[in-house]
Amino acid sequence: MYDFAYHKPASVADAVKILASDPEARPISGGMTLLPALKLRLNKPTAVVDLSGIAELRGVKREGDKLVIGALTRHFEVATSAEVKAAIPALAAMANTIGDTQVRNRGTMGGSVANNDPSADYPAALLALGATIQTDKRTVPADEFFNGMFTTVLEVGELVTAIHIPIPEKAGYAKMRNPASRYSMAGVFVAKGAAGVRVAVNGAGANGVFREKAMEAALAANWSPDAVAAVKVDAGLMNGDIHGSAEYRAHLVTVMAKRAVVDAG
Amino acid sequence: MNVVTPFEGIGASLRRKEDFRFLMGRGQYVDDLNRPGQTHAVMLRSPHAHATIDRIDTAAAKAMPGVKAIFVGEDMAAESIGGIPCGWQIHSKDGSPMAEPMHPALALGKVRHVGDPVAVVIAETKAQARDAAEAIIVDYTPLPAVSGTVAALQPDAPQVHEAAPGNLCYDWHIGDKAAQEAAFARAARVVTFETTNNRLVPNAMEPRAAIGDFDSFSGDYTLYTTSQNPHVIRLLMGAFVLHIPESKLRVVAPDVGGGFGSKIYHYAEEAIVTWAAGKVKRPVKWTCERSESFMSDAHGRDHVSAAELALDAEGKILALKVHTLANMGAYLSTFAPCVPTYLYATLLSGVYAMPVIYAEVKAVFTNTVPVDAYRGAGRPEATYLLERLMDVAAAEAGLDKVEFRRRNFIRPDQFPYQTPVALQYDSGDYHSTLAACLETAGWAGFEARRAESKSRKKLRGIGISTYVEACGIAPSAVVGSLGARAGLYEVGTIRVHPTGSVTVLTGAHSHGQGHETTFAQLVADKLGVPTANVDIVHGDTAKVPFGMGTYGSRSLAVGGSAMDKAMDKIITKGKRIAAHLMEASVEDVEFERGTFRVAGTDKTKSLTDISLAAYVPHNYPIDEIEPGLEETAFYDPKNFTYPGGCHICEVEIDPETGRTEVLNFTAVDDVGRVINPMIVEGQVQGGVAQGIGQALLEAAIYDASGQLVSGSFMDYTMPRAGDLPDVGVATHTTLCTHNPLGVKGCGEVGAIGSPPAVMNAVVDALRDYGVRHVEMPATPQKIWGIVNSHRLAAE
Ligand SMILES: Cc1cc2nc3c(=O)[nH]c(=O)nc-3n(C[C@H](O)[C@H](O)[C@H](O)COP(=O)(O)OP(=O)(O)OC[C@H]3O[C@@H](n4cnc5c(N)ncnc54)[C@H](O)[C@@H]3O)c2cc1C
Repeated sequence: MYDFAYHKPASVADAVKILASDPEARPISGGMTLLPALKLRLNKPTAVVDLSGIAELRGVKREGDKLVIGALTRHFEVATSAEVKAAIPALAAMANTIGDTQVRNRGTMGGSVANNDPSADYPAALLALGATIQTDKRTVPADEFFNGMFTTVLEVGELVTAIHIPIPEKAGYAKMRNPASRYSMAGVFVAKGAAGVRVAVNGAGANGVFREKAMEAALAANWSPDAVAAVKVDAGLMNGDIHGSAEYRAHLVTVMAKRAVVDAG
Repeated sequence: MNVVTPFEGIGASLRRKEDFRFLMGRGQYVDDLNRPGQTHAVMLRSPHAHATIDRIDTAAAKAMPGVKAIFVGEDMAAESIGGIPCGWQIHSKDGSPMAEPMHPALALGKVRHVGDPVAVVIAETKAQARDAAEAIIVDYTPLPAVSGTVAALQPDAPQVHEAAPGNLCYDWHIGDKAAQEAAFARAARVVTFETTNNRLVPNAMEPRAAIGDFDSFSGDYTLYTTSQNPHVIRLLMGAFVLHIPESKLRVVAPDVGGGFGSKIYHYAEEAIVTWAAGKVKRPVKWTCERSESFMSDAHGRDHVSAAELALDAEGKILALKVHTLANMGAYLSTFAPCVPTYLYATLLSGVYAMPVIYAEVKAVFTNTVPVDAYRGAGRPEATYLLERLMDVAAAEAGLDKVEFRRRNFIRPDQFPYQTPVALQYDSGDYHSTLAACLETAGWAGFEARRAESKSRKKLRGIGISTYVEACGIAPSAVVGSLGARAGLYEVGTIRVHPTGSVTVLTGAHSHGQGHETTFAQLVADKLGVPTANVDIVHGDTAKVPFGMGTYGSRSLAVGGSAMDKAMDKIITKGKRIAAHLMEASVEDVEFERGTFRVAGTDKTKSLTDISLAAYVPHNYPIDEIEPGLEETAFYDPKNFTYPGGCHICEVEIDPETGRTEVLNFTAVDDVGRVINPMIVEGQVQGGVAQGIGQALLEAAIYDASGQLVSGSFMDYTMPRAGDLPDVGVATHTTLCTHNPLGVKGCGEVGAIGSPPAVMNAVVDALRDYGVRHVEMPATPQKIWGIVNSHRLAAE
């Protein structure tokens, strides 16, 4: 770790003010991604702005046909929230598969969304569920928010404050884990709701999380595992590494899509 | 020995005395120790696999806050510091000694693997040392690198050392080539098999650490280090590297959090911090980061082998021929040369009566981290090759794989059994361990379980491995004749205190094995002293007279035997004191578990009566014997010990994803006499976990440029609890015939017997796909590739 200044503001307004005054400052939520990067000296922020004291960023509530999840809500809280379990059980179940117990008790939805790790779980869920991401400045639909690997439309100093998720009719998720890191190597989230059928894929794409339109069409016509089983994914659009070639990942996307549909019921 | 005390003696599953300390976070590991005035060291390591060092500019770094000193290879060379020595010399077929290039502690002019230390920064804090290390400017000219075992011998391969032309360390052989050729000429069938034994990173839970301390008044050096054998480090570092006499060098290995072999070796960092402490006149502490461990702890395995097995018409083995290439990495680590030779090729007979064996082994240098012994060391490689080959051969000969093994087993009446590759097995009963394992694992009912899996679209497979290993190393004269530069006896001191409690000083070192318990049980069993009153002292050259340490499952077989011999001396002396006190003749005094008795009478003295008399010799045979009750024994074993047994594994493969799940694992091992069954079970389970890791998960992968691609836990798949089944462990004992305890050793059997059992199960699961072999690790991607490419064949 390099030296940095440490701030712990009590409101979003204060946090944004500190961040605006120093473009090299970074917000920290659960720290499960940022801290390892700091320890490995991969990152050299001048200041770390700890969001954990900002009460307004916490909690899950139901507002009509939406769930509103505060950015600081931890994976463990999403996994065990009665509201989430009742409204979108697939999202609660997904949260329960992120990392390990320690990670789930520190990591937050806002941090995960802002980080947009191509192998992270939540971005696929939010994309498939047609969520909108609320920041201190604006609201952005998930379709526009995620912007390739580790990039989003967030500007420097802009904070995710909450995630608004329309409650679907049904949703399901399945992933194949990378054997070493246990992050997703190919994960598929399927949802059927007011906006139709949406299918999003994490872990596999060469350009981060993406929607699989051919599968959406297949499922819209026929909501069944067999419908997606017939959809082959283009390996040319997939990522490859020592754990999974692009061909293998393309194959896994189809397998996981089938299983996600089974999961959704 | 033969009577078992119900709760504490031999055979009792006593809870581990040391666990309270460990579970409460009260262990004292090297990183927990802090010396007054301590400074911190950070190693600057090479980012290149192979490069010349053209210039090192430390000026800016030296001026940074808190920096005490920065040293590079030339600074050590200027003081005639020696290279890191190798403890074993192999001779090639032609009689020439192996190539043994200089291994400087800090690189001199060239770096030869990613992670090779180039400079050490010593500063007031670790962060300051890191900052300064980043400010050192090193100009490298990268050179072409070679990382692959086979690639190293190609004619155009980059040369790792000028002193090792063609990257060849040695070209060695064992066995009778002419007899092998003759046997092959009359074989009914020859089965060929090629395989790679994957390179592994040991990954002990505790990273390596070292503190060098120098007392400028006395001139004494102390090294605190994460070692499995502090006396060996004192010998190697003192005598060969730093030229410090033993009397001026103390090496302490306190609690150590796992070794698996990787903490046997003398590492450069130990010499660097000890030497640097003398230079800066302050203690110097270094603790390895996890990512540093990946590129500086000795790796394990990394063989490429081709084998041929000649069979007669009845399926009896006539001869075995093996050709192996072994990767040594960039430098020779302490025991590296003996692993693919005397710990590998000598085991190629396995549990089978093979009339003839001929094996050739070439060891090569590459631009990778040095490779040395890792749990099992050579024996897992031999067992894997042979036990996979046995399955392949059974299939090709149209024989049942169990029957094929049984037909070739060494029979109980053949012991002692002389193999054609130097070893003489003293005892074993392979038929019984096989029968017990088949029974426990439900071998007979497998096909029904396979059918049930198939109904769920899963592929189920069962695999077996029957193995023997050689441990309890080793007879000094034998290993000396094979190239060891040390003896391999062990030392034990039994100190009976005046009021009857006992301190045991042992040269073995516990880094997870539970010695504080097992060794105390030996004393309880023999001397009748409750284990609570027996303390085991190890890991400090200032306290323990001498010792060769812990590896090769030797602690009980060799170290325990030394204690047993020392206890014999205690009893002999005690009898003389007792005879005096009871006014009897020595011949009439018997001793059993704490009580001296005049035979045939009710006259007795307790051990405490005797120890008190020995230290307060008012009424004492002072003219005949000295006061005190403390004895030391050096025990040099007469032979290796030969644990063996049978492992059976059942797996289920999801053909859609390629993922393999281990459903159950059964081990029936003959480890000789069992002192603490619970500890044996834990040792076997831990070894099996590492074996499953090697078979399904773990691989150190270098790219062509010599970068370690799997250089962190994000890419190196360590087994997790969820990857492992319940491991059923049972023992079936035949006693070792040549040590006083009848013990064989249990530390490595799990890692030796298990990988082929797992892989035989994987191949069996894929039998409908016409698969002959799958290389380790059987990752989901690899299995999917096989299922995918064999799909047509299966359909
Ligand atoms: C061992 C381990 C295993 C893991 N496994 C998984 C897994 O299986 N699946 C998975 O999805 N994730 C996994 N993670 C990642 C984990 O979920 C992280 O917690 C998450 O990605 C980031 O959340 P955080 O709150 O910890 O963010 P932090 O680490 O605090 O921050 C991450 C990044 O987001 C920025 N940031 C944080 N909060 C905000 C905000 N409100 N607005 C704008 N920017 C912000 C930070 O500046 C930083 O750049 C794993 C992590 C670890 C350590």
